[in-house]
Amino acid sequence: MLNVGRLNEGVVLDHIEAGKSMAIYKYLKLDKMDCCVAIIKNAHSNKMGKKDIIKVECPIDQLDLNVLGFIDHRITVNIIQDGEIVAKKELKLPKKLVNIISCKNPRCITSIEQGLDQVFFLADEEKEIYRCQYCEEKYRSSSRKKK
Amino acid sequence: MRHLMSPLDFSVEELDRLLNLASDIKSNPAKYAHACEGKKLATLFYEPSTRTRLSFEAAMLNLGGSVLGFSSADSSSAAKGESVSDTIRVISCYADICAMRHPKEGAPLVASMHSSIPVINAGDGGHQHPTQTLTDLLTIRAEKGRLGNFTIGLCGDLKFGRTVHSLIKALIRYPDIRFVLISPEELRLPDYIREDVLRKNNQSFREEVRLEDALPELDLLYMTRVQRERFFNEEDYVRMKDFYILDKAKLTLADPDMLILHPLPRVNEIATEVDDDPRAVYFKQAQYGVYVRMALILTLLEVEVC
Repeated sequence: MLNVGRLNEGVVLDHIEAGKSMAIYKYLKLDKMDCCVAIIKNAHSNKMGKKDIIKVECPIDQLDLNVLGFIDHRITVNIIQDGEIVAKKELKLPKKLVNIISCKNPRCITSIEQGLDQVFFLADEEKEIYRCQYCEEKYRSSSRKKK
Repeated sequence: MRHLMSPLDFSVEELDRLLNLASDIKSNPAKYAHACEGKKLATLFYEPSTRTRLSFEAAMLNLGGSVLGFSSADSSSAAKGESVSDTIRVISCYADICAMRHPKEGAPLVASMHSSIPVINAGDGGHQHPTQTLTDLLTIRAEKGRLGNFTIGLCGDLKFGRTVHSLIKALIRYPDIRFVLISPEELRLPDYIREDVLRKNNQSFREEVRLEDALPELDLLYMTRVQRERFFNEEDYVRMKDFYILDKAKLTLADPDMLILHPLPRVNEIATEVDDDPRAVYFKQAQYGVYVRMALILTLLEVEVC
């Protein structure tokens, strides 16, 4: 297996569904951050067969990890400090999503107003339903899977 | 500073105060005739409206204020591509309060986020129409004598009918209200109202296709128009537009005290022969609409009249 060096401070996102790492890279806006990122695709996993892993070397408070709860809460989030795993973050559905998903309602103001944030609120945690802040159009995350 | 986007922006107690104020305005119009002197209402109507716009303008004029605005997107800077957020920033420099109607859902909310004056949602696409709801509540309270303990039938376009969505959200806060939702399959209530509002609040409701099956048990019948402008396909509109027609013959099935409401404009869904029936209160509703908008303007401008 490919070896990537240990982090001193940051996060390791493990058990990412194979092939999803680049999407997560984008959701976490890692392309805009000036930090060291390692993406491992199709790593062997006893549990999943294949998996992706992302390692990010940066202060933990610089990352908005809540969005991972929306993308796939099976992902394991290891918090690293001084080279050691100090915590595992439990992923929950975020109460609010900003510019993560887009409203599909052609009658929504977001379809014409330039520069407007796409904002969704968690309307039903049990059914995993989000609604657009502006028009209340429903968005159900189909990518989320139960543990 | 407060805005009005949804009827739920006001608590039940605040709504009571607003409706009491509207009732007092109805009883003593002279007392309020100069309450807004020197104040300006901007009516920003990006899609056609007769009743709502004129009702707002009449309300402000009755209060001694003045009005300015536009009545279609073509006659505004929207035709040049100006955003809602830019428009409201500019209008905030010209007026003290504004009422906005827009075909895009959520446009008044965007305006409120960038406005330095109170913004009233005067209808946004098929989404919300809170001042119609205030009108409906005042009409029901004044004509029925109570808000609560009745069975209301909502009939027609329940899918795109924003007045229905807003009214349901407002009424669930009052006790012992039973809803009968009367619509063709294609125009049933959207699931976000059925599931998130009715079911979530354990509200009693049932769905019917035939108006005749619901009429005998109703204390109130709220008719709505099938709106051509909400359909992408003209064929669908033509198929749906005359699905319900309330006439004298059907009314024989209804209780003698049942009230008939309609947000207007009416097309074919209520035959003109019904207009003289004492149960028809839809034209009175238009008058109540002016009183309640006067009360709303006073409330949002924080004008107190002693």
